[in-house]
Amino acid sequence: MSAISEFFKKFRRGNSGDAVFQLVALVFSLVMPVTILAIFIVLWQESEISRQEFGISFLWDKTWSNSDQVFGALTVIYGTLVTSAVAILLAGPVGVGIAAFLTEIASPRVNSVVGFFVEILAAVPSIVYGIWGFFVFAVFLRDWIVPPIQFLFGWIPVFQGNFTLSTIFTASLVLSVMILPTVAAISRDVLNAVPRDQREAMLALGSTRWEMFSMAVLPYARGGVLGAILLGVGRAMGETIALTYVLGNAQVLFTSFFQQGSSMAQAIASLFGASTSNVLRSSLLEIGLLLFVLTFLINVGARFLVTSMSNQPSRR
Amino acid sequence: MSNVTQSNPRPAGNYRHRKLTNNIMTGLAYFCTLLALIPLAAIILETVIKGLPAWDAEFFTGLPSTYGSGGGIKNAVVGSAIILGIAVLMAIPTGVISGVYLAEYGDNRLGNGLRFVADVMTGAPSIVIGILGYAVFVVATGHSAGIFGSIALAILMVPVITRATEEIVRLVPGDLREASLALGIPRWKTIIRIVVPTAISGIVTGVILATARAAGETAPLLFTVGTSNYMNYNPFEGQMMTLPLAVYEQSSYRGEVLQTAWGGALLLLVVIVALNLIARLAFRSRGIR
Repeated sequence: MSAISEFFKKFRRGNSGDAVFQLVALVFSLVMPVTILAIFIVLWQESEISRQEFGISFLWDKTWSNSDQVFGALTVIYGTLVTSAVAILLAGPVGVGIAAFLTEIASPRVNSVVGFFVEILAAVPSIVYGIWGFFVFAVFLRDWIVPPIQFLFGWIPVFQGNFTLSTIFTASLVLSVMILPTVAAISRDVLNAVPRDQREAMLALGSTRWEMFSMAVLPYARGGVLGAILLGVGRAMGETIALTYVLGNAQVLFTSFFQQGSSMAQAIASLFGASTSNVLRSSLLEIGLLLFVLTFLINVGARFLVTSMSNQPSRR
Repeated sequence: MSNVTQSNPRPAGNYRHRKLTNNIMTGLAYFCTLLALIPLAAIILETVIKGLPAWDAEFFTGLPSTYGSGGGIKNAVVGSAIILGIAVLMAIPTGVISGVYLAEYGDNRLGNGLRFVADVMTGAPSIVIGILGYAVFVVATGHSAGIFGSIALAILMVPVITRATEEIVRLVPGDLREASLALGIPRWKTIIRIVVPTAISGIVTGVILATARAAGETAPLLFTVGTSNYMNYNPFEGQMMTLPLAVYEQSSYRGEVLQTAWGGALLLLVVIVALNLIARLAFRSRGIR
């Protein structure tokens, strides 16, 4: 409201061209917030059948039955959470390690080359990860990685079962590669925002580089690095097309990493196009709404951590 | 500074031990970086090995087929170009103008809110944008069309362009603005004639990177554009083939059809790496978001 009254004030008193320009620019910048609102409103309306049919218990109902036309979101929420969690456990430390290498160790030349490769890794389309993951990587896992794991840890239930190519294990590993550049690039920006003084003071006390990094840099950048990891989680949760290849599209409560599963985004992509029933379609739209709310909250938290870190370097 | 004094439980002595830890950790950092480059090398290598044999005359001039020699991807290339072109035309003005707004007028609560929204939107799952497009356009009109896919892609591109533009416009020295304003030129003219041309190379970089990201997106097109085995030049009517969806379709078959899918994936990879290289040459790249 204040923007509008400000506009009229400017329009009357100052240069009317300025006021018009500012208003037009403001209108363009409102496209994004309006889109977010549209997502919430449209998906809420479109999922009406599902909401009326299944109510709030949709969230924790594990049924997924086409013959009875009863759908619950628990299996796909579970699949999303497990694959994202495994992916971030693998990609988080490695991503922060890359960021540490780029900011603390690498020369500017190496930095720019590795930085470029990390950017390319981020730019590889989801579909390419998908066919690589299914036709190459999963086969490699089946032949070389899974047998030794099952030989050593086969007595643990989560490693039991017959490895088919598309499994929770494959999906989590592919996801971890896909979110690695996000974690690495954002952590690098955050670590770069730590003031040089902080490092120099620690080095002047006679610390080694690792002591400098672990005691003076990392504690300072803690919030931002956590934010970078959260952004990785958000990306993993929304990842779609690659998972249609490597996850298996099985709406079940899997108990082993070597079983097939299904995630929210993957279920929408795999089932929406072929869905003939309104109930299924509406359920998938409700899952889409849930997915958007979930990633929205995670992104808001992550961005809050990252921006508070890089905008106020003199906070502590 | 408090952190430095707080967390130092180790005694300063035993230098050998400390040095060893330092070396191990440095080694780990190198290892992490190598670990990330292995899958990248594997993906590029495998895609080239499996995709290059598919690149024959038929691949570039034929239409997709689900049997025999696997057909070509001509309609997918044309479809991708049309859909992406329209998306870029929609995303550039919206993204650049919002970026300029944030940089020039955005130092207040409204600006912070809009900036936050743009940041959050860069992480929005593309499949959600896809089903939004379906629910809004396809349900309303009753048919798929390329233009709906363009709109979905534009929604994904705008926040990237906005933030890139804002960052670069902020780097334009204040002296330039002041010199122009001191000559009595109104602010809007200063922005259009002085600030934006100064920042243009950075803006172009942001646009190219956003385009590269959109070029490989599959999920937003899945339900808005669909797939087609025929040529369709009309973005306002009927299904169209796009490169990512051609790969998606063809990869569910075996033999030479699957090879065509790998060929399409290679083409996609080449286009995206080329766009990233161009962006880097156009302007020293400042990383991805």
